[in-house]
Amino acid sequence: MTKMLHGFVAIAFVVGLGAFFPSASGAAPKPSGTLTVSAAASLTDVFPVIADAFEKRYPDTEIKLNFAGSSTLMNQVIAGAPVDVIATASKSTIQIGIDSELVARPLRFTKNFLTIAVPLGNPANISKISDLQRDGLLLGVCDTAVPCGSAAVELFTKNTLDVTAVTRELDVRSVLAKVISGDLDAGIVYVTDVKSAENRVEFVQIPFRDNVVATYHISMVADTREQQLAQRFVNFVRFSTTSQGIMRAFGFAKPW
Amino acid sequence: MPGLVALLFLVIPLIALIVQTPWEAFPKIISSPEALEALRLSLVTSLVATAFAALFGIPMAWLLAREILPFTGLLRALVIVPLLLPPVVSGVALLEALGRRGLVGAFLYDTLGITFPFTTVGVVIATTFVAMPFLVITMEGGFRSLHQRYEDAAATLGAGSRRVFLRITMPMVAPAAIAGLVLCWARALGEFGATITFAGNFPGVTQTMPLAVYTALESDRSVAIALSMVLLVVSVGVLVALRGKYLQTRAS
Repeated sequence: MTKMLHGFVAIAFVVGLGAFFPSASGAAPKPSGTLTVSAAASLTDVFPVIADAFEKRYPDTEIKLNFAGSSTLMNQVIAGAPVDVIATASKSTIQIGIDSELVARPLRFTKNFLTIAVPLGNPANISKISDLQRDGLLLGVCDTAVPCGSAAVELFTKNTLDVTAVTRELDVRSVLAKVISGDLDAGIVYVTDVKSAENRVEFVQIPFRDNVVATYHISMVADTREQQLAQRFVNFVRFSTTSQGIMRAFGFAKPW
Repeated sequence: MPGLVALLFLVIPLIALIVQTPWEAFPKIISSPEALEALRLSLVTSLVATAFAALFGIPMAWLLAREILPFTGLLRALVIVPLLLPPVVSGVALLEALGRRGLVGAFLYDTLGITFPFTTVGVVIATTFVAMPFLVITMEGGFRSLHQRYEDAAATLGAGSRRVFLRITMPMVAPAAIAGLVLCWARALGEFGATITFAGNFPGVTQTMPLAVYTALESDRSVAIALSMVLLVVSVGVLVALRGKYLQTRAS
C-alpha cells in the first residue's frame, strides 16, 4: 500500500512538474546505467520515491537503494562496498569518508528536526520537552554512534535537561517501533519518522528555537565507475523541484 | 575435497578475526568500564538463563521423553520452534506476549506494575526463550536412551519419584545434561536478536557483549573486533575445558 502511494506521489510530481524541466538537449547522450545509492535509515520512505522519479526522467537508468544507519553505510564504503552515491543524516559521518578520500565533496540536500514520539493517547502525558526529565519515564533514544543519537544528546545539552534513557537503539526506526508498540513512553526521533507512522503514533512538537537540526549530506563515492550518472543523481536530489517537492511532502525541510 | 572447503569456510573467518585484532590496544579496550560491564552482564544473564532452562527445561524434557502428556509429538514440535525461529522474530513475539501492551504483559503491568523490556530481567527472558530448546532437545535424547527398568527398580525398593529422578535418572544422563547445558549456555551468551528487540540496548542494564560488539561497530571497528575476540576466547575456552573433562570420557 505504501509502495503504491509512493508510486502515485512520484507520478504526480513527475507529471505536475515535468513541464518545468524540459529534457536534456538532443546533442548530449542519453544518460544510462545503474547506480547503487546508500541512504540513511531515516530516508527509507522518501528515497524510493525520488529514485522512481529519477528513473522516469531518465528511463535507461536504474537506481538500487541500500538503507542502514549512516555510520554503517560509511563503514561499508570504507570496507570497499561497490557504492556510487552515499547520503547520510549528518555531516560528521560523511566527514570520515572525506578524510580518507573515499568520498568527494559532500553537499547538504535537506534538513530534518527532532520531535518527541509518544504512543497513541500519550499515556505518560508528555506536553513539553522538560517532561522528559520525569523519574521513571521510559524514554528511548538512538545510540550516540548514529546521527539521531548525537542529535538527541545535543538537544538535551541545548535545553540543559537531565534525562536518562532506558535504551539506546542503533537506528531511529527501532526507537519509533518501540514507541508504537507502547513499550516506551517517549522516544526522540525525526519529524519525518512520525510523519511516516501517522495514525500509529502521536508526537509532541519541540519548538524551533529549542530544536536541533540534522543536515543531510549527499556525495558521489570517489571511485565510482558511473561518475557522470552519479553526479547527475546528486544534482537531481539537491536541485530538482521534483526531488525537493517529494522531500517536502515527506516532512523534510528545505536545505538552506 | 568438499570437506576441506567446509573446513576452510568455517576456519578462515576465525583466523581473520585473530589477525585483525588490535593486540596493542587490546588490554586497554577490554579493561574499559563499558567492556567489563558488558562482559559481567553477559556472564550473569547467560548463567541465570541456563539455570532457569535447567530448572524448568529438564523436567519438561523428561515429560516429553516419557510421553506422559497427550500429543507429545505436537508438544515437542512447539518446543523446537524457538530454536528454528530467527531470534529477532522471537524478540517480536516476546514483545507481543510480555511487552507493556502484550497479551500477558498488559495484565502484569496493570495489576502489579511489572514491565520486562529495558530491564536485565528482560535480557534473561529473551535469552532463556532462545536457549532453553537446546537443553530440552539434548536432555530428551538422554532420557530416551535410558532404560526405564532402573527407575522402576529404585521405585520398587521404596524410593519416591523425586528421589528416583535425582538419585537414579539424573546421574545416568549426566553426559547429556552437561552437553545440553553447555550448548544452552553458549547460545545464551551469543544471543543478540531477541535481546535487542525485546530488552533494548543500554550499557550496564541490557547491553550484553554481542550488543556491545554491534554498537561498537557503528563507531569504532577495532573495539568491536577486540570484544568479539573476548567472546571467541570464552567460547573456545569453555568447549576445550569441557571436552577434556567430560566429552572424551564418554567416548572412551
